[in-house]
This record gives sequence, structure tokens and C-alpha cells, in this order.
Amino acid sequence: MPSGERFSGGAKINFFSAWDLVVSGNPTLMAIVRLSLAVSLTAAVIAGAVGMPLGASLALTRFPGRATLIVLCNAMMGLPPVVVGLAVYLLLSRSGPLGAMGILFTPAAMIVAQTILIVPIIAALTRQTVEDLWSEYSDELNSMEVGPVGRVATLLWDARYSLMTTLLAGFGRAIAEVGAVMIVGGNIDGFTRTMTTSIALETSKGDLPLAMGLGLVLICIVLAINAAAWVARLWSERQAG
Amino acid sequence: MRAPSSELPLVLDRILFKAGVATILNHLSLTIAPGAPTVIVGPNGSGKTTLLRLCMGLIAPTDGNITWGGRRQASMARRAIVFQRPVMLRRSTAANVAYALAKADVHHSHRAARVDQLLARVGLFDMAQRAARSLSGGEQQRLALARALARDPELLLLDEPTASLDPASTRRVEEIILVAAQSGIKIVMASHDLGQVRRIAGDVVFLARGALCEHSSADNFLNRPTMPEAAAFLRGDLVI
Amino acid sequence: MQNRFLSLALSLGLGAATLVAPAAAQEKSIIVASTTSTQDSGLFGYLLPLFNAKTGIDVKVIAQGTGQALDTARRGDADVVFVHAKAQEERFIAEGFGVRRFDVMYNDFVLVGPISDPAGITGSKDVSAALTTIQAKAAPFVSRGDKSGTHFAELALWKDAGIDIAAAKGPWYREIGQGMGAALNIANAMNGYVLSDRATWLSFKNRGNLVIVVEGDRRMFNQYGVILVNPGKYPSVKKELGQSFVDWLISPEGQGVIANYKIDGQQLFFPNAEKKAS
Repeated sequence: MPSGERFSGGAKINFFSAWDLVVSGNPTLMAIVRLSLAVSLTAAVIAGAVGMPLGASLALTRFPGRATLIVLCNAMMGLPPVVVGLAVYLLLSRSGPLGAMGILFTPAAMIVAQTILIVPIIAALTRQTVEDLWSEYSDELNSMEVGPVGRVATLLWDARYSLMTTLLAGFGRAIAEVGAVMIVGGNIDGFTRTMTTSIALETSKGDLPLAMGLGLVLICIVLAINAAAWVARLWSERQAG
Repeated sequence: MRAPSSELPLVLDRILFKAGVATILNHLSLTIAPGAPTVIVGPNGSGKTTLLRLCMGLIAPTDGNITWGGRRQASMARRAIVFQRPVMLRRSTAANVAYALAKADVHHSHRAARVDQLLARVGLFDMAQRAARSLSGGEQQRLALARALARDPELLLLDEPTASLDPASTRRVEEIILVAAQSGIKIVMASHDLGQVRRIAGDVVFLARGALCEHSSADNFLNRPTMPEAAAFLRGDLVI
Repeated sequence: MQNRFLSLALSLGLGAATLVAPAAAQEKSIIVASTTSTQDSGLFGYLLPLFNAKTGIDVKVIAQGTGQALDTARRGDADVVFVHAKAQEERFIAEGFGVRRFDVMYNDFVLVGPISDPAGITGSKDVSAALTTIQAKAAPFVSRGDKSGTHFAELALWKDAGIDIAAAKGPWYREIGQGMGAALNIANAMNGYVLSDRATWLSFKNRGNLVIVVEGDRRMFNQYGVILVNPGKYPSVKKELGQSFVDWLISPEGQGVIANYKIDGQQLFFPNAEKKAS
């Protein structure tokens, strides 16, 4: 249901109006923040589930074309979000190959686009981390007769603190990008409007202070999530070394 | 339960091992038979670590044959190795042992009891829940021994397990090794500590520059060395 | 330890998924490809809740330039288009992508420029003369350049003024390829002239030193039309729901709602659906 609610009631806008919206728990803003987090966290979790084993496998196996694949993966860390958005758009469009799914202009499409955007980042960084760890672990694991799947699992688990940072890098990229979600989500009020598309929209409406304020809110949220991850890491490191 | 399979005798037949152009082991032949611990002695770079890795089956020789109990490509199932600097997995002491048990195909339901047993055997029972990486060097070495023993080995290979330990820690590690040897596990251990040779070795393999110089009983090696290099080593001369 | 970590990751993922799910599970919704002006002016924010209250239909608006909105519909990704470039809309119908076009409302374009008015055209009622002066003096002019309804209108105005803008453009003519808001922001920053629809102009907050310099020329008329995307082309088009939106917009009730929408007491759009559909 479109909220139809404007952020500001026509009152004098100032730089702190975005902050007032946060403090007063403005439902429109809260819904947007929730959606942004839901989409980007889901994308990060899926991309982690796909990209980490992928990166680890790339680190541990030797096959022709591996070097090419690694370079490709590293290069794809710089995928332009608009291009990913466009590709996903054409894929999910009614006249595209996956049009029958009918998920264009929904949060699901945004998750797909952001997942594609960050899988290379997570895979590439995981590959490097796991490869470095493998040089340390190879003798030990080989002498315990750990098979290929076990190797991937063990190295991913033992690299978990570095991989947490990798995952945060992916999440950061996802929640900060606007190009892909704008194209595949459509910035629909109350449905696919995220923090970044809101900022773009307020900028285009000329409400630069509100746009900047929303930007600061976004930065605070990202900061809070990173702080939480840091605390979780400290706690877990004390438990398991 | 795994079917008992004999790893011994371990026979190395004219082993050549090259790393690039450098020859690490030069046509070395050696038979390791059941019995008291075999200690491999020799200066740094003499090829001790490479020899142990070959014995474990972690690497293949450039030329020559290795057989375990007469078989060429025996599985590692009844062998274990402890490296000079063992890698502690990022988990608790108990979980490190449980991991080794799992990889040795010990059924889930038996693991908890075996973990307690093994930790008690190496004197780490009270540290079970400590993060493995927070253990001291001596404790880490004992945990590595517990992990190796978790594989229920017939053949236990040890690469200078006390090289960087203080006397007290060395003593605890040696006790574990001797108990293991008494229980019938064949120990093959690298060392360049003559005191340790005296305390542990049944027979001694002396390596210099990648070649086997002498293989004799500990008593003969220590008191009646036949090769000049061994004699020099025993005198404390610098053997390169 | 491992299990605890995994279950944390899993619950995080599931939690995120459940957050997305209810939004995706909405029924009775249509997608309307429309223009930035209808959205940014706040018209939809005012009109859609009233439509939803009456019919229970959730209207999801994708706000794009007219050309892009029509392309979105051409790919079958919208149920209804609500745009403002009559010639483009008629071509869309002719190509078979739309069922039928209805006039809905109009407002007008205004020529906006810096208060210092380097071209000296303030107060003119003749947009052709004003554009001729701008070109002659090479005063900075910001063009949308994005095939939007406003961009098409601007091109038509140059043509009316007898200027072949493709040939006459120089460094003073800046095509930005962005939306109305971005064009206004840039015009403000570079003290340039820009053609804007009145609704976006009235609701725009970063005017700075921009003012209306030319308005009231009949050639600056801005007609909005609504079209149901042809279900014969795309079976996925929600025919009944889309049609009821179209019907409501051109009904006396919908027309009344449009007339009632005001910013600071000023009416933004003028309903004119009584005209025959084309």
C-alpha cells in the first residue's frame, strides 16, 4: 500500500529534519530503513553462501583457466551497479527470459541484482584469504586426510573473522548502491523505495538538506552494523581464539 | 573400528627427492621396523623434515619407492604426524581433538568420550574449553600429539616436537611419547638433541646433506659411531 | 560454537527474508509507468490513497521520463502508462502496445531562469522569441536530453521558434540526460535557463535564484494521457485492475480529486477528460 505520506509536512525544512524523522520513529522512514536492511542483508547472506564456497574452491583447486577466472573475478569486483541493474532488468522483464516469474519491480528483484553485484567481491576476497590460509594449513589437513569438501569447510570456518570483514564489504557495497535497485526496483513508494533511492529522489526534488540528512542516517546505520559485527567478533574470538 | 593393517615395516628404497634443482635426499634407503623409537638425527637442512613427510605420504619422491607393510599406496589411516610448528585450528582444545577424531572416521557417538580420554592422556583435560590458539607452546605441542593419537596410529612421526620448548615442557612431551611407544606405537622422531636421543631412541638414523650416514642402535651410535660425520656430530663439532 | 554461528547466520537470513516476504505477497496491485512530474509534484501521494480506499487496488508507480515509461510498458513491465507526450503516446498505440489513450489533465510548462536574467527575456509571453534570444545570446540553457515528455516539448518549442537546435547548439546548450529535478538543480548551479513543467517547479525546493521568466504561451500547454497496456500483447497485464484505474482517473470523481490537489493554494493540474479519447 503506498503510504502517500511525505517526509515533510511542508514545514520549514532544515538539515536536521531527517534526524527528527528518526527520533520520532516516522513510519515511512522506518519502513524504508527496514526494506534497505532486509534487501541488502539478504543479498549479503545469499552472496556469502554462494561466494565463499566458490572463492574457497577457486583457492584450493587447480584447473586450466583458473588464472583467467581469478582475474575475471577480481575485475568483477568493480562491476558498475547500473550495468548489473540493467542486465537483471532485461532478464526479469516480461519480455525477457525470466519474465514469467513476474518479480521485476519487487524487493526480490533487488535482492537478485545486489547478490550478483557482490558475489564477485565476496568470492575474490575469500579466494585470497583462503589461499593464504591454505599455505599454512595444507600439511596439517592433508595429514588428517581431510577431503576437498572438508578443506573448504574447515578453511572457511577458520578464516571466519577475515570473512566477516569480507561479508561486511559486500553488505556495504549492497546497501550503498543506488543504480541497480533503482532500475530493477523502480523506487516504488512504500514497496521498493530504499534509503539510497530515497536520497536520489529527494535530491531530484531539490530537497538537498533532507537528502543529505537521509544520507547521514544511512551512514549511521552502516556504522551501527559494523560496530555490532566488531563486538560479535571480539566476543567470539574470546570464546574460540 | 578400523581393520588392523600393518604400516610396518616402512621401507624406503633408493629415495631421491629434489626441490627444483636442489637435491634434498640423495638415494636414501632405510627400513623402519617395529620396536623402540627410531630417532632421526642430523644438522638443520640434512633432510629430516622431508624424510618424515615422505614417510607420512604427504609428498612423493622424485625417484625410488616407499612401501608401508609391503604396500605401495597404503592409506594414511594408521599413520599420524606432528609438525615442528603444529597449526592450531581456530576452535577450542577439545574441538581440535574432536575434529581429528571426525576426520579419522570415529563415530559421532564415541567422540566425546575419546576427546576426554585423549586430553587426559596429554594432560590438557582442564584446558578442554580454552581456545587452542591461546595455549602455550608446550601445550600446543601436546594438543598436536592428542590430535595425532586420535588417529589411533601404528606409526607416529614427530618432527622435532620439543625444538622450541623449555625443559619442563620437553619432559612432559617426552613422557607422552614414551607412553605411546610402550603402548606399541612405532615412533619415528626427528631431533638434534643428543640428550633426547639418549632418553628415547632405540635406534638412530643419522643424516647429513641428504644422505644416510649411519643407522645403528642408540647404544652403538652414541658410544661407537662408525662414520666420521656422526663422530663429529657427537663431539659437538659443527657438521654441515 | 560452529552451530551457534551457523544458526545466527541462518536466522539473520530468514529474518531478512520474512521482512521482504509480506511486501512481496501483496495482491490486487498494478504497476503504473509514469513521469517524474506526477510523482515529484505529490499528485500520486494525494490521489492514490483515495483510489486505494475506494477499490482496494494498490498502485505501484515507477516514475520515469515519458520515453522511458513507454519503453517499460513496451517490454510488458507495466499495466498502465500515465505520461505527457501525445505524439509518442499515439505511436505507442499505433504499434499495438496500448489499448486506447484517454486525456486526463493538463498543466503547462514554464521557462525558468536566473533572476539576473542574462538574456533579458523576463515577462515575455512569447516563448519562441525568448528561445531565439537565448540562442542569439548563447545564454546557458539546460536541456533534459532524456526523451522525456518535457524534453520532447522543449524540442518542439525550438522547432516552433524556427531554430534547428541539433545544428544550432553550442557549449551554451547543456544536455544532461537526467530528470526534471536534476535539470533544475543544474540550472540553479550554473545560472541557466530550463524548461520545466509547472507542477515540478511548484513543488521543487532548491530553487535558489531561479524564477519563472516566461509563462502563459499557449504553445507551452502540457497534456497528460493514460493508456492501458495491451493485454493482447502481454497476457501478464492486469486488465481489469488497470482498466478500473484508467476509468477512475477519467471519471467525475477522479477528475475532482485531480482538481482538488493544490500546493500553497495553487492548483497544479487541470482535469480535462471530457474531451474525446483519441
